[in-house]
Amino acid sequence: MSPQSRPSPATLAGVAPVFTALGDETRLHLVSRLCQEGPLSITRLAEGTALTRQAVTKHLRVLGDAGLASSRRHGREQQWHIEARRLAEVRRLLALVSAQWGDALGRLATFVERDRQ
Amino acid sequence: MSTTDTIRKTVRLEAPLARVWDAISDSRQFGAWFGAEFDGPFTAGTTLTARIRPTTVDPEVARLQEPHAGHAFEVQVTQVEPPQRLAFRWHPHGTGGPDHPDDPTTLVEFELEADGDATRITITESGFDRIALERRAQAFTANDGGWTHQLRLVARYVTGAR
Repeated sequence: MSPQSRPSPATLAGVAPVFTALGDETRLHLVSRLCQEGPLSITRLAEGTALTRQAVTKHLRVLGDAGLASSRRHGREQQWHIEARRLAEVRRLLALVSAQWGDALGRLATFVERDRQ
Repeated sequence: MSTTDTIRKTVRLEAPLARVWDAISDSRQFGAWFGAEFDGPFTAGTTLTARIRPTTVDPEVARLQEPHAGHAFEVQVTQVEPPQRLAFRWHPHGTGGPDHPDDPTTLVEFELEADGDATRITITESGFDRIALERRAQAFTANDGGWTHQLRLVARYVTGAR
């Protein structure tokens, strides 16, 4: 990756809903539980929290819309699970850290090389 | 080492090793290009407080950093080995802070190597795997001048470049 390479606007636009979905403590908690214990029903997810089933449903929909979670009918209940591939995309955003260091290195280059001119 | 744990970048700078060493090991010079002000010199074993202060190198980046001027972060200097190695620990953008002081830190290492009249510099940031998934997710969404700021900075940089 060259010092000047940056994520494309399309990449950033594609992950924006993921950021929005995860930018909430409750939803992060739900993601964490689904990662560790999932698949889980809405009833199970609401257990031991101050959340109503309706509130959990609402949050799960946001996660679902961002492609982070989805549900499948299991007997009489909907079971929610994490979409691993989408989370992998989040991980890939580590590439952004890399891009930022690339930019910083570009500034360092300007800083040390301008003495020569 | 997993691919999600470490970021590594190497570039060749058209400047002698001693010049590059000064630019990274003198906290004032580091701050000038990086865009921060440190409250002391880089000495191994010390913890410094840094504040965002717009870079003097790139007016466009400086303009983007300006709204975040003064935002503080901590840097634990772990290694200063003239003239080739500098290392510090910090909370990657958006993690840590008052609410999560026990979050693991990442290790940032600068390594220099002479290449004729030029210098090869390698930056390695490692330790991301130790940051729990939810915390990492939060690192991408923190509102307090962390990742969100960085992402916005990148996004605006990208769109501004077109």
